[in-house]
Amino acid sequence: MAIKIYVPKDATACSVGADEVATALAARAGGRAEIVRTGSRGLFWLEPLIEVATPAGRIGYGPVGAADVPALLAAGLLEGAAHPLRLGVVDEHPYLKSQQRLTFARVGIVDPASVADYVAHGGYRGLERALAMSPAEVVKEVADSGLRGRGGAAFPTGIKWKTVLDQAAPQKYVTCNADEGDSGTFADRMLMEGDPLSLVEGMTIAGLAVGATQGYIYCRVEYPESIAALRTAIAAAHAAGYLGASIRGSGRRFELGVRVGAGAYICGEETSMLESLEGRRGEVRVRPPLPAIKGLFGAPTIVNNVISLATVPVILERGAEYYKQFGVGRSLGTIPLQLAGNLKRGGLVERAFGVTLREVLEDYGGGSVSGRPLRAVQIGGPLGAYVPASQFDTPLDYESLAAIGAMLGHGGIVAFDDTVDMARMARYAFEFCAIESCGKCTPCRIGSSRGVNVIDNLLAGAQPAEQRRLLEELCETMIQGSLCGLGGMAPFPVQSALKHFPEDFAPRGRH
Amino acid sequence: MSSLDARAHAAVESAIQRFGQEPGPLLVVLHAVQDALGHIPPAAIPEIAAGLNLSRAEVHGVVTFYHYFRTSPQGRRVVQVCRAEACQARGGAALEAHAQARLGVAFDETSADGAVTLEAVYCLGNCATGPSVRIDGRMHGNVTPERFDALTARRGAQ
Repeated sequence: MAIKIYVPKDATACSVGADEVATALAARAGGRAEIVRTGSRGLFWLEPLIEVATPAGRIGYGPVGAADVPALLAAGLLEGAAHPLRLGVVDEHPYLKSQQRLTFARVGIVDPASVADYVAHGGYRGLERALAMSPAEVVKEVADSGLRGRGGAAFPTGIKWKTVLDQAAPQKYVTCNADEGDSGTFADRMLMEGDPLSLVEGMTIAGLAVGATQGYIYCRVEYPESIAALRTAIAAAHAAGYLGASIRGSGRRFELGVRVGAGAYICGEETSMLESLEGRRGEVRVRPPLPAIKGLFGAPTIVNNVISLATVPVILERGAEYYKQFGVGRSLGTIPLQLAGNLKRGGLVERAFGVTLREVLEDYGGGSVSGRPLRAVQIGGPLGAYVPASQFDTPLDYESLAAIGAMLGHGGIVAFDDTVDMARMARYAFEFCAIESCGKCTPCRIGSSRGVNVIDNLLAGAQPAEQRRLLEELCETMIQGSLCGLGGMAPFPVQSALKHFPEDFAPRGRH
Repeated sequence: MSSLDARAHAAVESAIQRFGQEPGPLLVVLHAVQDALGHIPPAAIPEIAAGLNLSRAEVHGVVTFYHYFRTSPQGRRVVQVCRAEACQARGGAALEAHAQARLGVAFDETSADGAVTLEAVYCLGNCATGPSVRIDGRMHGNVTPERFDALTARRGAQ
């Protein structure tokens, strides 16, 4: 049997040279070893991180450049031999070993294109169990697990599913929101590239649970690698009888398609996404009606994030009781945190809710990559609050963050060192909102542009007290008056910057 | 409005043929047309509208709503630079300025000779290894100004 070498095909790994490493390995060791392209383990500072299967486990080397390949092979890479880039058994790496990977259990390990590999690593056990249950029982299992929407809104997934189940309709849909536009987030991308079949399985279970026969994954166009991985996985699932007219011979149908976005952040908002799926401008809908009652093409529709859906298989496989052992209070289960920005060891950390921000930034992140003190952290994407160093001991769960006026969102954590100009970041929050506003409601469309002006005026020093009052009032107007979370939350980073870093807003004259 | 050349006409027809029957097909069709032609010629809009039984206003409205759809050709090389927070935290602002100076175009402009288009993008999902750029579809991480110069010099100014 040929020795297996695992080389990530993950977009981040490829952005730092993984394809070149795979090519170099194929050229020099292709006859002796089989090269398997996987997702990433999420230790991004070590990418490209390659692994070789040995009797002692998978031995990692990284970061490996294509130029390192000849020396690695000469040193005995195929036997897992010593080399300065050798990391040891990857599963034993402290960054990974201390994690609680439920949703990401297979990411970076399996061949994302192979149903056989997926099944060999525990895949489709959840679906097999769901096929033997009634729809209401499946919905109850998800509800009992405590799973809440991982896209950011944290709405209980089981309640959403129950609403769709309870609708009598000839057609229902399951849609997956894979429009992961928040800066500092990449969990959806990693999952789709590294273990797309878990998403396919989760959506199939959702279809069985609520009586939907058609699913759509709405993936952003900025993720071409994810789109390709999803399409390959769906074709493989079809060929193996896990999708189609009779799933595993059960006589129950579920079809799944991928739809591609077109560069609109707002389409991460669920009703905009539905508009876009229907072929229209991604303008938000007024709710009610809820999508669960009247969603895609007017039919009852589940709209769930990638991580929520990809977590369903493990809940069905291990049971709700198992899943809810993790976490704290009403934040049950695990959350894939994404460590981004100015950190030494950026990457993916899946832990039970309740780990503190400081543990994440210091124990995993290793502090700033620049070597300077961390000054602020933005949690939950461009609409999330900036958290100052004095609040780094806050536990990461929905309720604890809400208590300090912040939010977990989709789990993105972007760290900034002490060179950050918080007035500039506040201005950017408005600028981004202006660029991405769908234009339907005035507070968001006009308010965001006015916000940029007001911050400019404030910094220019003309009537600063008056500008400051205007800015606070504008934030309040947008929060109260916007139709959706874009205009309604864009003021959060601004308000938090004003509150925690007022010194950055001192007039500085024209520049 | 100028009429479509034969190649563009064929691209529109093929897109409608392949995807026109899907539910809510407009974005799917627009993607197919842009994939084939590199952009969506304004003269294609009435044809797409007729083919999908939509009004021209509906098609125009969708084309102009989405940042990704464009109605004019891009440069021979397309350079996208991420402007979002995580890249800013890793030196993105300096790279934004450098990219514009180096290529001699502002964001969302194409050079006069058609050699290069520079686009601002807001998150490529490469947030732990920024600043990030995509050049002709290929993503690169940890892009310093020096690395940017090397990447954009590679394969020459065609």
